[in-house]
Amino acid sequence: MKLTETLTDLANPTRFLALTARILPWLAGATAILLAIGLYQSAMAPDDYQQGATVKIMFIHVPNAWLSMFVWSVMSVAALGTLVWRHPLADVAAKAAAPIGAAFTFLALVTGSLWGRPMWGTYWEWDARLTSVLILFLMYLGLMALWRAVEDPSRAARAAAVLTLVGAINIPIIKFSVDWWNTLHQPASVIRMGGSTLDKAFLWPLLVMAIAFSLLFVTLHLAAMRNEILRRRVRNLQMMQANQQAA
Amino acid sequence: MSLGPYASFIVTSYALVAAVVLLLIVWIIADYRRQQARLREIEASGVTRRSGRSAVDIR
Repeated sequence: MKLTETLTDLANPTRFLALTARILPWLAGATAILLAIGLYQSAMAPDDYQQGATVKIMFIHVPNAWLSMFVWSVMSVAALGTLVWRHPLADVAAKAAAPIGAAFTFLALVTGSLWGRPMWGTYWEWDARLTSVLILFLMYLGLMALWRAVEDPSRAARAAAVLTLVGAINIPIIKFSVDWWNTLHQPASVIRMGGSTLDKAFLWPLLVMAIAFSLLFVTLHLAAMRNEILRRRVRNLQMMQANQQAA
Repeated sequence: MSLGPYASFIVTSYALVAAVVLLLIVWIIADYRRQQARLREIEASGVTRRSGRSAVDIR
């Protein structure tokens, strides 16, 4: 009941803007502190017995890879919000998340490539994990292009929501690609049945960085949603201005 | 802290992440300021919201 009331309250863009104005500074501060702690722990983490110091790339590669999938999942829930519940802020949330998700996916691909060269001997391999993440990146770009191509926000929202839900099929494919196919990429070592196989010296910095990057996403997403609401206000006022001039 | 023979790969990775995250932050802040400026401009021309409240006021 409480959750339903909160969601109903947040359906009002003015209330949402007031809320973001209050919580954004706190979120930004918490993100900066956690990032500083995570970076310090990453710098102090010991070398891996096989990978040496290149294991430090894991502390930025893995959070970006997780977020690349998480952001699309958030957009998929928002797409349901647009198509099923018709929540007024659902398409705002989806549109605001896409560029941020694209950036995280790009970083996951590039840092993975830079980690792969010294460890695998190649920057790129067309295996199932790498290829499915590349497809995810292209889907983010496609979605952003779709939002820009359709001028009417509500029409663009419905088309983008359908594309997002179709694209969601790729998320379990990325997650389980290392189990379903023989890939160069290692299998899951943190979130897996039987617990993490990572030593605590690597696991803690990784978890702190993952939380820090997740908070970074929440902060940037709320700020981008605020921008999108203001952009729609600009559009509405411009239409009113045009109507007044025409009358 | 020694980064070993692959230091350039590690440093490039961290630098790239820092650059992209900074770019995202700057882009979002610039976009916010751009929308606020456009709203002020429209309101200055005499067009206001139906509620009568300022479109720039977000509190």
